Amino acid sequence: MLLLRILSRLLSIAVTLFGVALVVFVVIRLIPGNPIAMMLPPGATDDDIARLTALYGFDKSIPEQFVIWLGGVLQGDFGTSISLRQDVLGLVLGRLPGTLELAGLALFFAVLIGVALAIFGTIRRGKKTETGIDIWNGLTLSTPDFLWGLALILLFGVVLQWFGISGRVSPQLDLPFVTQFYLLESLARFRLDLTADLLAHMWMPALALALPLSAMIAQVLKVSLKEVMTLDYTLLARTKGYTERQVIFREALRNAALPTLALTGVQLTHLIGGTVIVERLFSYGGLGSMAIDAVINRDLPLIQGIVLTFAVIFVAINLIVDLLYTVLNPRLRHG
Amino acid sequence: MAEALQIRRRTPLRLWLSCGWLTVFFACAIFAGPLSPQDPLAQDLLFERLPPFWASGAEPGFWLGTDSLGRDVLSRMIHGARIAAIVALVAGFGACIIGTTLGLIAGYYRGWVDQIISRIVDVWMSFPAVLFAILLVAVIGTGLTSVIVAIVVIDWTRFCRVVRAETMAQSRMDYVDSARIAGFSRARTLFREVFPNVLPVIIAVLTLEMGIAVVVEAILSFVNLSISSDDPTWGGMISEGRLSIHQAWWVLVFPMITLFLTVLSFTQLGEALRERFDPVLR
Repeated sequence: MLLLRILSRLLSIAVTLFGVALVVFVVIRLIPGNPIAMMLPPGATDDDIARLTALYGFDKSIPEQFVIWLGGVLQGDFGTSISLRQDVLGLVLGRLPGTLELAGLALFFAVLIGVALAIFGTIRRGKKTETGIDIWNGLTLSTPDFLWGLALILLFGVVLQWFGISGRVSPQLDLPFVTQFYLLESLARFRLDLTADLLAHMWMPALALALPLSAMIAQVLKVSLKEVMTLDYTLLARTKGYTERQVIFREALRNAALPTLALTGVQLTHLIGGTVIVERLFSYGGLGSMAIDAVINRDLPLIQGIVLTFAVIFVAINLIVDLLYTVLNPRLRHG
Repeated sequence: MAEALQIRRRTPLRLWLSCGWLTVFFACAIFAGPLSPQDPLAQDLLFERLPPFWASGAEPGFWLGTDSLGRDVLSRMIHGARIAAIVALVAGFGACIIGTTLGLIAGYYRGWVDQIISRIVDVWMSFPAVLFAILLVAVIGTGLTSVIVAIVVIDWTRFCRVVRAETMAQSRMDYVDSARIAGFSRARTLFREVFPNVLPVIIAVLTLEMGIAVVVEAILSFVNLSISSDDPTWGGMISEGRLSIHQAWWVLVFPMITLFLTVLSFTQLGEALRERFDPVLR
């Protein structure tokens, strides 16, 4: 039974990814204008254009192009970028770590802020503090990451002038890194000066991405916590002499976490989707800012590669959340 | 109990404020011409980067200052409200009609129709929304119509998912069986009996969607993919204001506040309606 479930799950993932690949392939081929003609200098002859068009395979029919492209993808070949003239897979893999680190830091912030607010609100339930937290959650929830980014730039970059507002790392620094995971590698090599510089660049875009999600986590977790706090076993813990805080941390939190986990998974895909515009806003060199450039330059192979990468991440997140949910929820484990 | 009372006392004020702001917003959109003190497109290089009225160096008639081309910020914001309102209404209703229709069909008829629609929704949700919007506008070309089409094409899934779930819940109710026994056809039961009961949830999602549409339009004009940069849009003003942030903060700050208040109002109103009508939250 379990095997069958896993198989059907894998099949549905394959169908979804195929659908994404197909939709994006067809959509971007509807872009008017010949992308090859745009990349050549003005003096190019029709002959040159035709030769290069053939080189990139754009002279074939759309179904033919799709089959060729799909065959390449299955072998790990995503084609060549038109505007940057480099291997698409290499370009994507070069930028992906930056986006993953940014999203990871944002998730960390969101969970930290969200859980703290939920616990604080539960301890002070029914008091003015809880009302204050509810109002704050309402505000953060309805403000999109784009606006948070602008507000942070305005406050810290312009009014207070505390932090530089663009890039991934200060350009004058000498980076000894071999991977693109700058943040992780700076920690692993114990170059804390570099870590500090990276974080100074990352915290604003990460916070802008994190705030809407933190509000959602705070709201849902607070509701579950308050519900759990009325159940018999927390009452029992209290009669055993546990303080309110001990009851929350030792007993309630673990049992109240499930709905929050499910929600965080769904919302995490929104957070990662949000990196596209937030990276642009902070000139952060990740996959998202490359995506916008690729669209503006009509770089079809690169757009395809990036969108497919995002889709793989989304599908992977959903899968991981489902697995975690099964592991953490004893009711589903034997179901 | 005390808490329930507190929530009940708190909600109306938030809602009044939201409705009040949205009234101002739609009034600006409808009466943009007579309400604007200046022509939103008129450039005057003698009046470039004038500060707002309370600062020294301000000119009478330019209440919130001017941008780097000497255009009146307040007038551009008022005309920007018109574009935002058009996008909110047309894109919101467009996405609503497509998503609701598919959601009703999937939720009521189930079976292979539901399978196909749900699979399409899955594929759609696997695209990063902002990137998808930028891509679509690049394909159809910039302009107000493209922005609206892009939002409809992307956001119908929001309606589809909620309406499908609600339709499935409603279909299990007794009144649906009664209607069938009374001799109603399936289509008639769906549209005459089920649909009116799903409608409150649809209205709540529609209100939320209008807020989202306003933001998406702002994001697209921010990356210069909405309508031409001469036309006054909030996103365009924000994008322009970001470049002159150190010389003229007012070009950035006022449109940002307006955008924030508008989105907040739509969201507050939508959340309130959803709390009232959503069976999951009820």
